[in-house]
Parts: sequence; C-alpha cells; structure tokens
Amino acid sequence: MSFILTDQPGLEVLLQGNQAIARGALEAGLAWASGYPGNPSSEIIETLAEVQTKGRLYVEWSVNEKVALEGAAAASLSGLRAMVTMKQNGVNVCLDSLTTVALAGTKAGLVLVSADDPASISSSNEQDSRFAAELAHLPLLEPSSPQEALDMARFAFELSERLGNICLLRSVSRLSHSRANVRLGPLPREKPRAHFDTAAPFHTFPVIQKHQAMYDKLAKAREMFETSAFNSYEGPPSPELLVAACGPSYSYAREALEMTGLADRVGLLKIGTTYPLPRDFVLKHLGQAEKVLVVEEIDPILERRLKVLTAEAGPAIGTTIFFGKHSGHIPAVGEVGPDVVARALSRILDHDLVQVDADYKSRAAALAADLVPPREFGFCPGCPHRASYWAIKNVLAADDRDGFVAGDIGCYTMAIWPTGFGQIKSVHAMGSGVGLSSGLGKLKPMGLDQPVVSVVGDSTFFHAAIPALINAAYNQSGFLMVVLDNSATAMTGFQPHPGTGRSASGQEIGRIDIESVCASAGVPVKVCDPYDLSATEAALDEALQNLDTVQVIIMRRKCALVQGREGGFPYRMHVDPKLCRGEACGCHRFCNRIFRCPGIVWDERKGRARIDEVICVGCGVCEQICPAGAIIKETVA
Amino acid sequence: MKKLKPDPFNLIVTGVGGQGNVLISQIIGRALVNQGFQVSIGETFGLSQRGGSVQSHVRISQKRVYGPLIPEGQAQVVLGLEPLETLRILALYGRPDLKIIVNSRPVPPLNVIAGESLYPSEEQLKSALHDLAAKVWWLNGTAAAQKLGAAVMANIVLLGALTAAALIPLGQADLEEALAQVLPAARLKQNLTAFRRGLKLIQ
Repeated sequence: MSFILTDQPGLEVLLQGNQAIARGALEAGLAWASGYPGNPSSEIIETLAEVQTKGRLYVEWSVNEKVALEGAAAASLSGLRAMVTMKQNGVNVCLDSLTTVALAGTKAGLVLVSADDPASISSSNEQDSRFAAELAHLPLLEPSSPQEALDMARFAFELSERLGNICLLRSVSRLSHSRANVRLGPLPREKPRAHFDTAAPFHTFPVIQKHQAMYDKLAKAREMFETSAFNSYEGPPSPELLVAACGPSYSYAREALEMTGLADRVGLLKIGTTYPLPRDFVLKHLGQAEKVLVVEEIDPILERRLKVLTAEAGPAIGTTIFFGKHSGHIPAVGEVGPDVVARALSRILDHDLVQVDADYKSRAAALAADLVPPREFGFCPGCPHRASYWAIKNVLAADDRDGFVAGDIGCYTMAIWPTGFGQIKSVHAMGSGVGLSSGLGKLKPMGLDQPVVSVVGDSTFFHAAIPALINAAYNQSGFLMVVLDNSATAMTGFQPHPGTGRSASGQEIGRIDIESVCASAGVPVKVCDPYDLSATEAALDEALQNLDTVQVIIMRRKCALVQGREGGFPYRMHVDPKLCRGEACGCHRFCNRIFRCPGIVWDERKGRARIDEVICVGCGVCEQICPAGAIIKETVA
Repeated sequence: MKKLKPDPFNLIVTGVGGQGNVLISQIIGRALVNQGFQVSIGETFGLSQRGGSVQSHVRISQKRVYGPLIPEGQAQVVLGLEPLETLRILALYGRPDLKIIVNSRPVPPLNVIAGESLYPSEEQLKSALHDLAAKVWWLNGTAAAQKLGAAVMANIVLLGALTAAALIPLGQADLEEALAQVLPAARLKQNLTAFRRGLKLIQ
C-alpha cells in the first residue's frame, strides 16, 4: 500500500525521497507531471502515474527531457501547477528550452526536479546540474532529507508562482533513493482549470528587458530566502570553524560533528536555498568564523558562491580561510559521507579521529584482499543483449575488416565489458552512437574502411536517435544501425515508451513501431530474434556486405526480467557431462570463459560446466554456443 | 519502548543485484516506522541491479532521522544474502562486536565463472566471518526457499532468521504486519511461509 494519497495530515510514514517529492507536489496541487526515466529520478513519475486522475492530474513519460519540459511549461502557462523530472544528463537535453521558457516567464508554479548522481552509481557521467540555476537564472532548492524533499517540493510551486520563474529542485542519489520517516501534509481539494490567456503571450521579446527581469526575480527570491526555514545555524556563537553544507551533505556534517565530539567548537550552517544565496543571513554567520569548510556534492558550486559573497563583503566580515573541494579537504569527485566530513574536520582542527579498532580493520582488509575477488557487472541470465552481442562479435570477427560498434545509453552499454564481449568502442550521450556512426560512415573517402555498427536501445531510439538516423539517411552515410529492442526502458525500471504501446499509467494505446519510423526515412529495415543466433548472424553478415547506405536491423526480444515476471521461459537447461569437454584443448571452458552467462557455472570437482538451477532462467540460447553440443535444452512447458 | 543501544543502531543488508535486497530493507523500515522508530535507509540501485554488489544501509534511532550512509566501522548487524558479499563489506563497516546472519549459497561472480578469479571455499569464508564477528549464523536460506518452491524467497527466509535471532528491535508480529503492508496480496501467503521457515532456522 502506498501512502501517496493518504489524506491524514500529520501522519508519519516511511517514504522514499522520490516519493516524498511526488507527495510534496501533490500537496501543492500538482496538475501535470512529465519526465524521461533516468536513475535516480525515475520513481517520481512512477509514483505520480499510479495516481493519475482525469481532469485533476495528468502524468506522462515523455519521449525526452526537452519535450517533457515543454509539456510542463504548457501546463504552467495555462494556469496549472506542473513538474518535470529528469536525471542530470536530462538537464543538458532540455537546456535550450529551459533558458527560454524561464526568460519568457511562467504563470502557475513550474518546478524542474533534477536528480544528480554523485559517484556515478548509475550514470555515464558525474555532472552537477546546479550549473543550470545560474545559467538560466533559476532559484535553486537543495533538500537534505526525504522530509525536506516533501517540504521543498511543496514550497517550490509557491516560489515559482511568486517569481513567475521556473524553480529548480536538486536531489541526489542518496536522497532520491533513501527512505525515511516523513510527516504528511494536507492534500488540496480544488479542481484545477486550464486556460491560456491570449492577451498575455509568453515569449522572450524584448530580450534585454526580459533578461533584466530575470535579475529582478532573483533579487526577490534572495529576499524571500533571507528568512527561509530551510536555512539554519546550530553551534557556538563564534565557532572555531564554520561548516557550510547543503543537500544530504548537511546530514553527513551533522553526524560527523557527533562522531568527532566537535559540536561545541564547530558551527553548522545549513543552506537549503543555494541560489540565489540569502546574502545577509550567510554573511552574518561567515563573519563569526575565520575558517569555513564547505561540504557539498559534485562540483564546488556553493563554495564558489560563498567566496564571491565574502569577496564582495570585503573587510566588513574580516578574512576568511575556505576549506573544501578547492583546498582538497573534500575530495573533488565521488560522493560525500559522514567519514569524509569527519576526516576534513580532523585535518583542519588537528583533532585525532576516533578510529575503529585498527587491528580489526587491518585483519578484515587482509582477509578481503586474500579471499574476495571483484564482482564484474554482467547482463542478467537470459538477457537478449548477450545473444545480440554474441552474433555481432562473431560476424565482425569473421568479416575481418576491423569493424567495430559505437555504443549508446542503456543496459547494453555494458558491452564495454566482457559481459558484452567488449564489443562497444565508444559511449557518450543518449543517441550519440548513431550520430557518431553517421559521421564515421562518411569517412570512407578519407581512408576509414572499417564497417561501423551502432547499437541503440528502443527507448533511446525514440529519445534521441531519430534525428541522427535521418541525418545519416539525408547525408547518405553508410553504416549499420542495430536497434536492441527489448520492449522496455530496462535500465531504469521497465518504463513504457512509444514502442511499447502503453502509457505511463499503464493504459493500452497504439504502438509506434520502429520499423515504420526507419522506413519513412527510406532506410531498409530487417527484424530478427537475437535468440536465434544463426539467423541473426546471417542478417548481420548480409548487412555488412552492403554498407554504402545506412541500414537498420531490429533485434527484438523482450527483456528477460520482464519475461520472468510474465511467466518465464519454457525450457530447462542441463549440461551432459559426457559430452562436455571441460578444460580440454580446443574448448577450455568456452562457455564459461567467453559466453559468460551467470547461469553456467564451473563444477570444480567434476571438471565440467554445470547449469546453476537457481540462476539460469531457461532462455535456451547457450544450447547454440557449445562447440560439443553438451548444453541440452528441454522443453518443460 | 525499550531503549535502543547504541543509537543509531545500524544494519546492513548485502548481496548481489536481483536477490531482493531493497525489498528486505523496505519491509524492515516499514515495520520500524510502525513501531515509532526514526528510520533512514540508504538503498543502492542502478547498475548494481545487473549482477553487481548491492547493499542497503538501515539506520534506526529513537532520537532523529540520521543520514542514509552508515559511517565506517559502525554496522551492528549484517544480513548477508550472499557469503562473498558479506565478507567484502567488513573491512569498511565491520566491528568486533558485529553479528552476522549469512546465506551460505554462493552466487559466483562472472570473473570466477570465467576462471579468472577464485571463489573462496566454504571453510575459508566461514572461518573469515567467524574471525571478524562476535556471532555468525551460517544458514542455507536459498535451499530452504527452493524447498518452498522459489529460490528468490531466500531473502524473506533470512529475514525470518534475523527476527528469530532478535538482532533488531522487531518481533515476528511486527514483521508479519509489514510484510502484509509491503507485498502484493497475491504473494503474501507464500512469503509468510518463507518468513516462518526462516524463524525456525534459528533455534
């Protein structure tokens, strides 16, 4: 049972950070939510999609973040409170619209939630999206806990509305993906009503005046922030050191002060409204300490703003020595945690850290070093991508022209590793593999005579690959685009997209099929089942012989995790130990070494491969790869 | 309510992506909030779902909501869904008075399957864990779950064992209530059986 619509103000429940953001928005009277899936932001839209109500709340998975923002802007301009959600990369995708929608001005509250990923737990970069606040002149809120995520999300709409500007709410993985006690507030009863006022159009002209208005809006935001309850100070009146922290780093700093016993010497300045900074509030506290440690995640953005404020204040607040990412006291990359802050405190104040039993730590480290091997990432058992890359690997090797694969963003990115036979040789942004291939395919006259294959997932195809494909067709580039169509946005949790024929709330709508989109650009398309290795290899081989123009092969097979939920596969696999060649020359555990499916393990005692019945899902693909025919597929249902 | 010691009290649920690590921490968290505790859970998501090492940090307090990450050397209890992953985290989070409930069923990493790394023997793993904890319960939760018809319920079996060993401030009724709140109705009966099977693994 979800608490998302529980109408009991004051009730304390366990909510995930993303659920808390969704709930805060609902408490503010949200009428529109859109976004594109991306860890760690996805659960906000998923949560809201479950409670979509006709005439009251509309929720969609948009095709990409730019369209998602534009849809939310449409709602705002028509008088409806709207939210758009994405991961950090998505902010880049929607940036063009973000700057101009903000410049033109908004009407009803419009909130952009960006969930950043410090330490890149599930991202292709470790980018700080807070840059967008300064670039687009947006007020910025940074919640430190699920409770504050709810409170700030609710407030963000009011702030946006008072300013006529988009409000940026920045989460991070450890907030979006943490659960904690959260106190619910009341849900509004009023039904929203949409109307676009044609007497007050929205555009960026005259640009100079509108640009000035952005600064005026920020000045107003600063005034509001001076007395905001999201900012606070705890500690002695004149601390030896002031720690300034935002987001979850505040909770880490608070715990570090407890751990080190330094709370009577060190003050803690919590800043929740990080752009524009509440100048007077911040300077009052900066003026009380000579040393300041800034704790934040990803780039030193708060640190730089505090330094600017200090420089502007000049002698009025005296000399301040800053510690943080620039000084190296907080690591420039990776995530912060209580230990990172405790170590910084002990260095700055020359205070001995209370160590965990040093003997225990060294014994545990020695045992781990001795006994614990790394755990390599891999495609799930039964994953169609393993089969697709197997075929691609074999065909490119047999083709012998040093052909290679340009990768893209999704589960299938893991083919940079052995699980996908190291086939991918480039990965950048959503759709970039196709764009890159469009370029590579034009380099033949300059000597690039290698066949180029781009791989792109089904959701990524709709997100950003279509313009690149059309560019390739238009400019007569020659390469093979393989669409790895597993009928889901698998990496982020199986969200639907235009190719699945389902909406965010699970409603059955028409499919937009990938083959028709490609065919409309005049690109030849073939569809195959990657589980059928020989047919897939034949299709690939044929395509590679004819790369004067762009061609498409769609390798279509449902994500094995989804298949598992829908009843699984009808096969049971086993290895015939009499046929298995084991470590003998000419095989030497070919299935284990090369195919690397977690479902085929090595039986040390018997010296034979063995199917792990707990892990194997019975997709049946490995039957085709054993050189001795020792892997047997039995039909069980 | 009995006073929690220490406060915050920290539990790590560790294992391999796909073993139901996040679900366990969610059920425990739900039961704790029902009982009036202040809870914070750091979940691990994303790439780690695809066969990688996964851990969730569960932090229990009677004072306030702590941050989502357990400081080094501060885990009081580890619930290990996979033995190698249990040993892996001890250098960072373990302490001499640590208590461990661990599923003995290995999930070999791909690099082990490929013959590039070695998976330690059961004896080596057991001895290392005993060396690094005040108490270890070495249990084959997967085998128990297989007997009940689905290996994937090993996590719920282990949750039962954790409850029977009285390692967290929750009783059988508290967790059964939370199971009913968190799991879909269609899967509840089977999971309650698994949970109760786990209770019996600890005598």
